[in-house]
Amino acid sequence: MNLKVKNNKAWFLVLPVLLIVAFSAVVPLMTVVNYSVQDIFDQNSAVFVGTEWYRELLNDPRLQDSLVRQFTFSSAVLLIEIPLGILVALMMPTKGKMASLCLVVLAMPLLIPWNVVGTIWQIFGRADIGLMGAFLNGIGIDYNYAANPVDAWFTVLLMDVWHWTSLVALLCYSGLRSIPDAYYQAAKIDRASAWSVFRYIQLPKLQSVLVIAVLLRFMDSFMIYAEPFVLTGGGPGNSTTFLSQTLTKMAIGQFDLGPAAAFSLIYFLIVLLVSWLFFTTITHLDNKR
Amino acid sequence: MGWMAWSSVTAIFFLGIAAILICMTIWEIKSPTVERKGFLPIIATTRGDRVFIGLLGSAYIHLAFLAVSEQSVWIAFGISIVWFVSVIRWG
Repeated sequence: MNLKVKNNKAWFLVLPVLLIVAFSAVVPLMTVVNYSVQDIFDQNSAVFVGTEWYRELLNDPRLQDSLVRQFTFSSAVLLIEIPLGILVALMMPTKGKMASLCLVVLAMPLLIPWNVVGTIWQIFGRADIGLMGAFLNGIGIDYNYAANPVDAWFTVLLMDVWHWTSLVALLCYSGLRSIPDAYYQAAKIDRASAWSVFRYIQLPKLQSVLVIAVLLRFMDSFMIYAEPFVLTGGGPGNSTTFLSQTLTKMAIGQFDLGPAAAFSLIYFLIVLLVSWLFFTTITHLDNKR
Repeated sequence: MGWMAWSSVTAIFFLGIAAILICMTIWEIKSPTVERKGFLPIIATTRGDRVFIGLLGSAYIHLAFLAVSEQSVWIAFGISIVWFVSVIRWG
């Protein structure tokens, strides 16, 4: 088989995208790499420090703690949102006005900006004026997300679940709708139970949609910033300070551009590795079919 | 370009990456890649995949080395070269 490409002119069509990506991604990335090996004082004075920032950061408890918190948060988000999203999608009506209504209601949290979500939950959780905070305290639960780390974590998780489970549900709903009726009819003839239908028809058919949902939710939760920043400000203490907040504190709060650049690159490499693993999984699953 | 804070080391680093990409493009034009299965688990890879895995793995080797050792980073560089060549050849 001759695999040689005879005409490569089509590659020129990619040039505009290449230029845009170069200016929006590659040039900033190169700058971050340059910053990460230097001590930057101002635009005209920088001292080369080699791998010093990397060594310092990799042994910095702040980064390690943030990383642990970030992985814990992202794992918890996935463990809650994926099964819940599937459950919501399974329970949604498939026809009629109710189906449209459900879709609109589910889409609503996704339309709210991140910082507004944080503000909503900040008020909602307050013990004096917030519906949830006042209710929990009213029934005798000592709830205060501003003082108790467990309450803070509970509120941040609940907020994320409220904001993003809809996305998983909508993706799963579209996946479920694409299953032909013939599968369900065959299952009915075989007198398959509801669990068997889910296990052997719906779940395998949802596989590719679920991989996308997991990828999106992992990436998004891994880069979460505005919502916990508005809700808890990273506190109490540092209990809800995630990676992006630690990074922002370092870059903008302390103006440590060198360490912040090194931090950004480590962060980028983690995201890149996980994205690649998901991408490989998706393509591997597609090839297996 | 002053705002990009270039240093000679980072310039060499990026020139190295660019050189790899140019060489890969020429190699691909001269002899198109064929997917194959090597020692990397589960997946069959193209030449480009193996370069990406090699580079990403090298970055992690450097980070791991910097995290656990005070010795010169050139040791990590040496290990990375071995890893990169192994992935390209047998990955």
